[in-house]
This record gives sequence, structure tokens and C-alpha cells, in this order.
Amino acid sequence: MTDRFETHEHDVLIIGAGGAGLRAAIEALKFGAKVGVVCKSLLGKAHTVMAEGGIAAAMGNVDSADGWKPHFRDTMRGGKMLNNWRMAQLHAQESIERVKELEQWGALFDRTDNGNILQRAFGGHTYKRLCHVGDRTGLEMIRTLQDRGVQLGVDVYMECTITRLMKDGDRVAGAFGYWREQGRFVLFKAKSVIICTGGIGKAWKITSNSWECTGDGMALAYYAGAELLDMEFVQFHPTGMVWPPGVQGILVTEAVRGEGGILRNKNGERFMEKYDPKRMELSTRDVVARSIYTEVKEGRGSEHGGAYLDISHKPAEVVKKKLPSMYHQFKGLADVDITKGPMEVGPTCHYMMGGIKVDAETAASTLPGLYAAGEAAAGLHGANRLGGNSLSDLVVFGRRAGEAAAKYAQSASMPKIDEAQVSAAERELLAPFERQGGESPYAVHRDLQDTMQSLVGIFRVEDDLKKALAALLTLKERAAKVSVEGSRMFNPGWHLAFDLRNMLTVSEAVATAALARRESRGAHSRIDCPETDPVCGKENHIIKDVNGKMSLSTVPKGPLPEDLQKILEEA
Amino acid sequence: MAEATLNIFRGDSTNGKRVDYKVDVTPGMVVLDALHAIQGHQAPDLAVRWNCKAGKCGSCSAEVNGRPRLTCKTRMDSLPLDRPITVSPMKTFPVIKDLVTDVSWNYAVNKKITPFTPKKDTDWKMYQQDIDRVQEFRKCIECFLCQNVCHVLRDHDVKDKFGGPRFFVRAASLEMHPLDVADRVPMIKEELGIGYCNITKCCTEVCPEEIHITDNAIIPLKERVVDEYYDPILRIVRKITGAKKA
Repeated sequence: MTDRFETHEHDVLIIGAGGAGLRAAIEALKFGAKVGVVCKSLLGKAHTVMAEGGIAAAMGNVDSADGWKPHFRDTMRGGKMLNNWRMAQLHAQESIERVKELEQWGALFDRTDNGNILQRAFGGHTYKRLCHVGDRTGLEMIRTLQDRGVQLGVDVYMECTITRLMKDGDRVAGAFGYWREQGRFVLFKAKSVIICTGGIGKAWKITSNSWECTGDGMALAYYAGAELLDMEFVQFHPTGMVWPPGVQGILVTEAVRGEGGILRNKNGERFMEKYDPKRMELSTRDVVARSIYTEVKEGRGSEHGGAYLDISHKPAEVVKKKLPSMYHQFKGLADVDITKGPMEVGPTCHYMMGGIKVDAETAASTLPGLYAAGEAAAGLHGANRLGGNSLSDLVVFGRRAGEAAAKYAQSASMPKIDEAQVSAAERELLAPFERQGGESPYAVHRDLQDTMQSLVGIFRVEDDLKKALAALLTLKERAAKVSVEGSRMFNPGWHLAFDLRNMLTVSEAVATAALARRESRGAHSRIDCPETDPVCGKENHIIKDVNGKMSLSTVPKGPLPEDLQKILEEA
Repeated sequence: MAEATLNIFRGDSTNGKRVDYKVDVTPGMVVLDALHAIQGHQAPDLAVRWNCKAGKCGSCSAEVNGRPRLTCKTRMDSLPLDRPITVSPMKTFPVIKDLVTDVSWNYAVNKKITPFTPKKDTDWKMYQQDIDRVQEFRKCIECFLCQNVCHVLRDHDVKDKFGGPRFFVRAASLEMHPLDVADRVPMIKEELGIGYCNITKCCTEVCPEEIHITDNAIIPLKERVVDEYYDPILRIVRKITGAKKA
């Protein structure tokens, strides 16, 4: 400990305490590692808590025909075949065991009549597959993992933000950051680091994401030299609240449609008949989001520019039992009783399919000692994620990352971190206080959100994306000059200055990759390239820092093994 | 457009003052939106905890016009706008800065509770009617408003002897889990100090998840304590049968 910063040493350092981070911690502890988990919020408040509809696992409790093969097929089809097939296979195979394990750690899922875990229908899933607890599945999961982690003795550093990864040569050696409460600095030395920091929704104006979702992990990994994968794929959830303005973007769970909710336009037409007559409301999210967007754009939107989502044909008691938080959310925030009338909904920025490029088996990034899991990592979901596949992603790959990082730590020595890196990180953190008369980070953040919302949204076009990249350049210059007032003690303006740096980097990666993908696939829709191009479908986009500049390269996807190809061709 | 004045505590554990901020009220605005508007345009260093802004994470607890509330669920149009709306940090916990309090004590209490201990060799069959009551407890979002309003903690500050409503809810969720076999009654009596609670139901009243904390968690736990420690007949039965729970 010096007076400049405190130092902690761990075998495995995990950044982020959502589902992936906590599951990774539990696994790393099992392998005897000394584990530290750092999180920006209080423990148990991570964005996982907002997951509503359920966790996908082919248990076959309701539809006995289900199994890992149909789940694999649905995931690949939903992702428009851009998925890392091995990740999709592992995910479909292992999610079943991971859900059972949650139950064995105390999670209480809703039950079938014969006492098993109940499963519900969801978009893009052929069978009833989502294990759930009403519409608060994420809360159940995070509480279960949190309790398990605490029981096993994990060290948690709450309200602590990491601003730089530290390196020892090529190897990742730890992380530097600050305590949000007091503003003191902290250095973590670690043999391996797992990034579980979630997504980047806060770069858009209308989003279901919390303040924490600022792309930190992707940016940190990028600054350290890791590769990012398929960054153009950002999921807009079809149903966010649209009215009143204060609640715009707040998630309306897909479970509303899973339980039988119907979408209509202002003329009362069930418009999904036009866009996907077979799957209707339970089509994949990319399709439903585009359909609502198109209805609104063509003048058939609801009163406040969305679509009507109606579940009121179901008995009021069923709605309240299966969708309790939706019932309260609309009643409390929008004066709408969803048991009596429709909700107004519209697309909201929800999830990042792209992220840190990882190895399917070990969740290892392209940097030695650095791992990533959950939304911060990429590959499983391809061009579009199916609902319910993110909670299962967290536990399947969180576990794999925890194991691999712990094993790596067993054979590695404690790295050395040179003083120059630490003092550079310190200087960067202090700079906004030393600059006088600059703008507030909030002003730059507002303009970033407007830019991404209007130019890098659901439908994209070359001209807009070029404009976005130019605008991001200007925003980066402005962000580099922001000033903050007050002290280092719990100062949200100061905190935002670094979240903003990360959001700008990740936004640039999104726009760069979106410009390069000259086709429409899954969540990436190009007005100027509306077709899905089979050649592009065989290529992934890699983004990497090369001498301080963002560079994009195209790499061929590995061929699909024959046995998996066969599964895809079935049904 | 209507205008509101928010009268907010600004300061830390040593010093503080109340500051007025004017905010334009938009349709459907909640108190947390107003706090964000102040951060965004007037006071970027205003310390506020929040995450989901949808009543799901329990981060944004504060006292609005003296009432413990989630600021994300408190509509501006539910408050009288002709006088300043006061927003203060939760009183029961030490202030760190502005509306942010030190709630770490809660995490320390949580560690005292015997974790989930499942029956050996169970087939994990459970029926909805047997878990309904536990699922009610598991709705808790740990906003700590129940802790804040509980007079045992708020006025008498016996944090070293008493766990508070949140942790009776958690203990109840484990005790009533159909497959759990641990006996937490001594811990509930001694370490969580359930005897201090005199069931004034203030906790139930403020719970944003509408958990019936007093009726469904605390009273049944009190009954278990009475059964185990003060019921002579059950004591004899236990002695004869050797059962931990009767």
C-alpha cells in the first residue's frame, strides 16, 4: 500500500458481478484459486437482475421432444449462421446442467404440475424451453449466484471501477481503477483476468440498459490489444416502453408474447401476419423489431409512435401471476392496466452480440491471461440472439471461463506491473479535474446517444454510418477535454468521463464494422444492401488496435463439422 | 410545462446543507428522472445510486418528502408541486455523499445466515403450491427500505444485535424452502435478534415488492423461535425423537 493507491493480489480477478462474473467466480474458487470480483455497483444490482423472461435450456420438461440438437439449431438459425458453432453446441448441451445446478444452489423456478421446472415459449425457440420465475428470472439467478459466491468466500470489491488493464509484456497482469465512494485508486495484480462487464446499451438514447452498460470490458480489452469480434451486431429488443417519455426504452419482457400477447397497429391489424405469418409474435427479435419500426414509419403506429401489445384477452389472474412486474410497471409508470387494455411498445437498444473474441472451450481472449464471458464476449449469438439464450450464456461460459482462468493461474507466476503503466493510469484519472472550463461529460454523452440513435440504429445506410464515424471523431475530441467539478468522492460526473471514453471506443467499433458489412443479416439491416449475402455470411469481422488506430479485418469462419451440419438440415 | 423544486441534501458524513434545484416536469416523470436532469444540467457531482430505473434492482432508495421510496417508482405527478419536494438519504445508514449511504452493514448481516442446505439424495421435485410462499420472499430486490424504516434500526440503532426485516425475509425463504434441512432458529433468535421486532409492520408498508414481511416472514419465524425455545411439550417430543425440527 502506498498513499497513492492500495494494492490487492489475486490468482483470478473478475471484472463484473453479473451472472457471468459470479458463475466464473464460483468455478474458479472450486479450483482453489484466490478470486476477487470487482463491480461498479453494489453486489446483486448488476444488469442480470433486469432479465425477465427466462433461461433457455432444452430440458424437455414441457415439450419432451426438445433436446440440445433443436436448441443448437434454433440458436444457429436465430443467429443467421454467423454464430461460432462450437459455442452454440456447448451452450445447448451444457445449459441443462447449469440450470439444474442453479436449482441445487437454491433457485426456485416456477413448476410444472408434476414438480419439474416449468418452461415457456419464446421467440425463435421451437419448443417451450425457457425456465423462469414469473417475469423476474434474472433476479432469481443473480441472488442464487450471489449467495453461493458469498458462501464459498469470494472477495467482492463493490462500487469499484476499472479504467485500465495492466500488462506484463504481452500478458495481462491485473487492472487499475478507483473506488467510487471515496475516489481512492486501487491496483489489482492478478495471474489471470476475466472480463464479465456486459454490454454497451448506454451509447444509445432509447435503451433497456442501466447506467453500467458502457462497454467497459470491450474497451479495456481493446486498449490492451485484444481482438473484438462482429461488433456490428447490436440487438434492438422489439418491445420497450414508449410512453411516457421518462420510461422510454424500459424493457417489456418477451414473455408477454410468450404467454400469448398479440401485436397490433393503430388500425387494429395483427401486422406480424405480413412479416412472419408462421411464427407471428414469436418470430426472432430482429424481425419483430423491424416490423414494429416499419409499421410506425409507414404511419400505422400507436398514439405515441409504437405498436400495441395486448395480453388482456387472458384472465387477469393469469397475467398477474405470470407477468407480475409488467403489471406493476405499466400500472405505476404509465397508468395502464395491462389486464384490461394494450401496452404501447417500440424497439429499444438491448443487447450486444459482438464483443471480445474468445475461444469456445476456454473463453480465452487473444491476449494471454485474459478471458471474457457473457455479453462482453462474442460468438455464441451470431447476428441475432434468441431471448433466453443470454442467461444460459452467462452460466455456461462463465463456468468455462472460471475454470480456464483458474487453471492458467495455477501454472503462472504472479506477473510484474511496471510503475510507468500505473502512473499513466493515475494521470488519466486525475486529468478531468485539472482541466478547467471544459464541457460536462453529460453534454458529450447526450450527443453520443443522439448520434448512435439516429445514425447507427435498426436500419443502417452507408451515408449515415460515415456521418456517425465523423461525428464520433468530434465527440472523442470533446470527451478528451471534459472537465469535472467537485471532489473525487462519489462524483458521477467524474465517473461518466471514463465510461464515456469506453462508450466512444465501442461505438466507433460498432459503426466501423457496420460500414464494412455490406449485407443485411440478423440485427444488422442495411437499407443500401438489403439482401443477405452468402459470401459475407462466411466472414467474421475482427477489430483491433493497430498502432493507436482502429483497424478492421475480415476473417473466414471455420467450416461446420458434418454432424452439426446434419442437425441444421433436419426439420 | 410545470416546474418543480427539489430540495436535496448535499454533503457528506461531516457536513451538509440543503440545496434547491428547479426542474421542468415532463409527463410521467419520476423523481429519479428529476435527479438525472439535475446531474445532467446543474450539478454533475450530485451523488445518486441507481441502476435499472425500472423498480427491479433496488438501488435508488431515498426519502422523498420524508417517505422512504424507490425514486424510480415515485411519480412527480403524485407529489404536490406547490412546495419543494425534499429528497434525503436513507436515515438509518451513514451518509457517504448526498443521497448515497453506506449500506455495507447489510452485506455483513447476510453472511451470518446459514446458506441453503438441501436434503441429501433428493430428486428435486417441488410443487408450485409448496414454493409459492418462498417465491414471495425471493421477490426482494434488496432496496433496504424496510431496514431504513424499521424503528429498531432507525431509532434505536441496535445494528450489532438485530438483523432487520430484510434478513428475516431471507431467513424465511431458506427455512420454508421445501428441500432445505438446516435449522436456522437459534441463529434467528440469537444473531438476528428477532425478539426485538414488535411487529409494527412499518417494513411491510414500505416494501416496493409488496412482500408481506411481517405476516408471512417475521411472525412465522417468531413462532418457530417460540416453539423451539419456549414450548415445553415440543421440547420433550424433540428430546425423545431426537428431531431437530418438530
